[in-house]
Amino acid sequence: MNETVTVRVQKVKKNGIKARLIFFLILVAVLLLVTIFADKIVPYDPYAQDLSLSRLPPSASHWMGTDQYGRDVFSRVVVGAQTSVFSTLALVGVISVFGTIVGTLCGYYGGALDSIVMRISDVCLAFPGLVFALAIAALLGGGVSNAVIALAVISWPKYARVARSQTLALKNGPFVSAARLSGSSSMQMILRHILPNIIGPILVTAMLDIGTMMMELAGLSFLGLGAQPPTAEWGNMMSGGRSMLQTYPWLVLSPGFAIFLTVVIFNLLGDTVRDYMDPKNSRAR
Amino acid sequence: MEPILKVTDLSKSFSRAGKNEFFAVDHVSFEVMPGEILGIVGESGSGKSTIAKLITRQIDATTGTIEIDGQDITKLTGRQLIPVYAKVQMVFQTPAGSFDPRRTLGDGICESLRNKGISKVEREAKARGLLEQCGLSSEFLERYPHQVSGGQCQRAAIARALMCDPRILIFDEATSALDVTVQKQIIELLQQLQREKKLAYLFICHNLALVQQFCDKVLVLYDGKIVEYGLPDDVILYPQSEYARRLVDAIF
Ligand SMILES: Nc1ncnc2c1ncn2[C@@H]1O[C@H](COP(=O)(O)OP(=O)(O)OP(=O)(O)O)[C@@H](O)[C@H]1O
Ligand SMILES: [Mg+2]
Repeated sequence: MNETVTVRVQKVKKNGIKARLIFFLILVAVLLLVTIFADKIVPYDPYAQDLSLSRLPPSASHWMGTDQYGRDVFSRVVVGAQTSVFSTLALVGVISVFGTIVGTLCGYYGGALDSIVMRISDVCLAFPGLVFALAIAALLGGGVSNAVIALAVISWPKYARVARSQTLALKNGPFVSAARLSGSSSMQMILRHILPNIIGPILVTAMLDIGTMMMELAGLSFLGLGAQPPTAEWGNMMSGGRSMLQTYPWLVLSPGFAIFLTVVIFNLLGDTVRDYMDPKNSRAR
Repeated sequence: MEPILKVTDLSKSFSRAGKNEFFAVDHVSFEVMPGEILGIVGESGSGKSTIAKLITRQIDATTGTIEIDGQDITKLTGRQLIPVYAKVQMVFQTPAGSFDPRRTLGDGICESLRNKGISKVEREAKARGLLEQCGLSSEFLERYPHQVSGGQCQRAAIARALMCDPRILIFDEATSALDVTVQKQIIELLQQLQREKKLAYLFICHNLALVQQFCDKVLVLYDGKIVEYGLPDDVILYPQSEYARRLVDAIF
């Protein structure tokens, strides 16, 4: 009897988390759909200039007003999502996969590979990230893809560290030993037992990192090292409007709000995924 | 007849920061014949689990050799050990931790046969049979480790160890969480397997009464060294060493 009660409590708790997870996944799906079809749904051409409409405040026809060239800010914010969201997702995807592979192999095999990789990652983590990224981006020249590369170079060690420490904690633990005694090869052990058990913290790190990375990418663009004008990109748009913050605040606040909203959605999704991944909350799949 | 397990001059030292290295297992030698049951007793920290880990090559020996079925396995690594694990199996001291929290008990129990390429239907049928013999219904195949009790997990671990028909089975206090009736059932199963398949056991246990009744020989470990080695009745009734005398006194 007692057992069924516990199971039921777990189930209710699990269902709550599941509902939250579905809610945030839907939000993210909407965000992604808007991003994908941004070109089709915007009311105005985001690049069409019309100086007669310059710097109009938000109104029914221009929800977020217009900028100094008379471009519709709302359209630019929506289209800007393409650069901001997709490059962030690509960045986080690449560094989390790469960092996880490297970190897991280092943790599992140890030895010289481990020492070398960990020293490299120490170097990356010792520098203030954005300064290092600035240097790399400046070296490579402006452009979104160069900004992504610069941030990738300095950001993967975070994932390698998480994956490595988790792997170390597991690899001599009893269930990995038991798998070895069941005749599993090293690859089988990593794929079947280690990765599934460390993927939770990594996924959570990645989800929470989406926000940070989006801001850093926007930061690089803001400093002129990411997306170049006239490309609609949130950091770059904020940069363009910053001198007019007091007189025409919507130029900065609109892309700022887009960044804020996206970051919050991804962070909340990250928290929910963490709860969902916790084995104590999990029941049969 | 050749021994199924032969341990010669085996030791394991751990270096501790600032201190001299210390021997958790200190030059021990013993052997186990097919179908023989060797009990290992000794206080907490005397090196029992370390011996079990050495024999199953989870840790490397400092000195000595380990032979399984006539093959020296002391230096084998990686894939070379896979065939060895078809002969020697172990039930861990912490059964709950020895199952992957993300996989069902059934996955864990069937893993050795899955690695051998045996079909899902076949291996699950075998797992069901063994669970039944260990007193668990086949419904437990679908459960996750955190959904079963300590004793149930221990029995699932025993079933897992028996799946690949080993020649020698190491029990690291693997009946400690079982009540006497289940324990009796497990012991009977083990005795039956011993008779039918000449399965040998290395039985690490705190329960001297159980050792006396179940084991053919017993080895008393103290501080990593063997202080007694002989028939259970002799060791328990006429202990030679100071430590064994105290151990027996404390219990009877
Ligand atoms: N990895 C390790 N590093 C350092 N010391 C260790 C390590 N593993 C075990 N020891 C030490 O070796 C000794 C023997 O440990 P072991 O686990 O074999 O004891 P045990 O006889 O199984 O005890 P118990 O009955 O409590 O399970 C202990 O003193 C322990 O502290
Ligand atoms: Mg022990």
